[in-house]
Amino acid sequence: MAIWLNKDSKVIVQGMTGATGMKHTKLMLGDGTEVVGGVNPRKAGQTVDFDGTEVPVFGTVKEAVEKTGANVSVIFVPEKFTKDAVVEAIDAEIPLAVVITEGIAVHDTAAFWAYAGKKGNKTRIIGPNCPGIITPGQSNVGIIPGDITKPGRIGLVSKSGTLTYQMMYELRDIGFSTAVGIGGDPIIGTTHIDALAAFQADPDTDLIVMIGEIGGDAEERAAAFIKENVTKPVVGYVAGFTAPEGKTMGHAGAIVSGSSGTAQAKKEALEAAGVKVGKTPTETAKLAREILSA
Amino acid sequence: MDLFEYQARDLFAKHDVPVLAGEVIDTPEAAREITERLGGKSVVKAQVKVGGRGKAGGVKLAASADEAVARATDILGMDIKGHTVHKVMIAETAPEILEEYYVSFLLDRANRTFLSIASVEGGMEIEEVAATRPDAVAQTPIDAIDGVTPEKAREIVAAAKFPAEVAEKVADVLVKLWDTFIKSDALLVEVNPLAKVASGDVIALDGKVSLDENAEFRHPEYEELHDKDAANPLEAAAKAKGLNYVKLDGEVGIIGNGAGLVMSTLDVVAYAGEEHGGVKPANFLDIGGGASAQVMANGLEIILGDPDVKSVFVNVFGGITACDEVANGIVQALKLLEDRGEKVEKPLVVRLDGNNAELGRKILTDANHPLVQRVDTMDGAAAKAAELAAAK
Repeated sequence: MAIWLNKDSKVIVQGMTGATGMKHTKLMLGDGTEVVGGVNPRKAGQTVDFDGTEVPVFGTVKEAVEKTGANVSVIFVPEKFTKDAVVEAIDAEIPLAVVITEGIAVHDTAAFWAYAGKKGNKTRIIGPNCPGIITPGQSNVGIIPGDITKPGRIGLVSKSGTLTYQMMYELRDIGFSTAVGIGGDPIIGTTHIDALAAFQADPDTDLIVMIGEIGGDAEERAAAFIKENVTKPVVGYVAGFTAPEGKTMGHAGAIVSGSSGTAQAKKEALEAAGVKVGKTPTETAKLAREILSA
Repeated sequence: MDLFEYQARDLFAKHDVPVLAGEVIDTPEAAREITERLGGKSVVKAQVKVGGRGKAGGVKLAASADEAVARATDILGMDIKGHTVHKVMIAETAPEILEEYYVSFLLDRANRTFLSIASVEGGMEIEEVAATRPDAVAQTPIDAIDGVTPEKAREIVAAAKFPAEVAEKVADVLVKLWDTFIKSDALLVEVNPLAKVASGDVIALDGKVSLDENAEFRHPEYEELHDKDAANPLEAAAKAKGLNYVKLDGEVGIIGNGAGLVMSTLDVVAYAGEEHGGVKPANFLDIGGGASAQVMANGLEIILGDPDVKSVFVNVFGGITACDEVANGIVQALKLLEDRGEKVEKPLVVRLDGNNAELGRKILTDANHPLVQRVDTMDGAAAKAAELAAAK
């Protein structure tokens, strides 16, 4: 089962012919992802060879969807052009768009999010500034290394890419149903809550690991959601206890403003909702392990 | 990027938001000529990016040009909540103020859109008004595509219950302020107070603006708005090398890959430090996914150049980039630094995990650098780095 991505997912790559797109398309194909096309208006009609797999390039997302039946688009286009790329994916009504690009102006993200709403939210947007989503053994969309872990029964949702990898590695022997990196920008398409709801409904997920970080109140809202709606065990981790007020810590959204957005407040909210929160990634993995072996 | 008041004033003026005349100076004597031009009186306002400067004595009226120079002399160099005043704005004195309002536009992260906040109770911190008189604060969501039309502006004015005689004027300011917000790629534009003066006009007397640095590609004018005085020299040097670095006040230098992992590393070091004399992380430094020898060398150079650093913790999880490449990067980086004539004397604790971790660890062991210690778990390596920093 897993969430949002499985072996039947047909994936197109917007920005496939750029250096990053080429590198990761090759890796995604290597992980068994069914990449059915790329999009680049200037290279439409060509094909690109990835170690013997010929992937056609289409002029538009709409054409790619019509010709291949694609239901996922992963977006690697540069930040200046990302808004237009996402709008194109929304117009093509592709069910899932995964936006990897980092450094997008937040007004652009707000605009494509508002646009998705006006078009009836037919496209789930993951990201921007995210590592993507992987359902181990079935499909991998984005830049998450495909060989860290195996299929299993843990669902993972995280704002951070490298902490996603770290946690997948710590729990690699147990394995994951799906791991999704939702990104560290101030505005993101898919939230912790969306992933928690999907994992709660997924019969292949027994436990959920949720990783948050300073900035905003997404973790607090997720805690309230867990309290009301999630019956599966949830283990949490929050990064940024030592971050000073008013400084952006790498991710555009990772900033403590005044007394809001602190790691302490997030940890307390999660604990109040019955979530076990680890002090370090390793301790968090240990908590998950204890619950699953109990 | 937060702007100074004078920069916000200039930006408002550019978008026809009504403001008073004002010029920024950094030497007291310059206050004389500006005050004379303003008719022989002025307000001397400290330019610091922190609230409460009025109470701290950072805003003074001057009834003559001489007095303006004297007040500027007092205020320049003053410390306001840890911020040194390097600049003052010499501003036109406000006409008689009858009422003070509050208006702002900002990013609403929770609802993934923009928000207007408006109140007829301006002049103090809006958080204070919201806490004591929540009914006096009107929050109106703004659609990112539709924006603030005159109609939407009137809706905000009605929601905040502005008096009828200023309603149209405030609505007009809101449309212009929204124009400032959108065209500048701002995260926040705030006018507090928006004053109703004796003539019946409304004027933005003070303002805050925060801009989105991710939008700098379409705003060449941002370059001039950066506060070069305030940047820590190490932060400035790191920025020049394209590194994502924040100076902190501890003793353990940190290098890692990925913002989340580095934030987590700071926390883990701080916990470990509790057992070792309270040592803390000295910085945030994310060298990103690639972690080439060149980038690693640049990062190490910044960190080893920080006199507060007593030990260094390099924490890398090999994802797409394999650990053997990272290990080679560290070895080459140390050699690069030695070739550049840098003295590397501080101990380095390296933790490599993930893709090809065994190969990477072997490279470090074989290189046998006298300052490099390998610890293979994140928590263990953090403890080692804290211990080494405490021992110095």
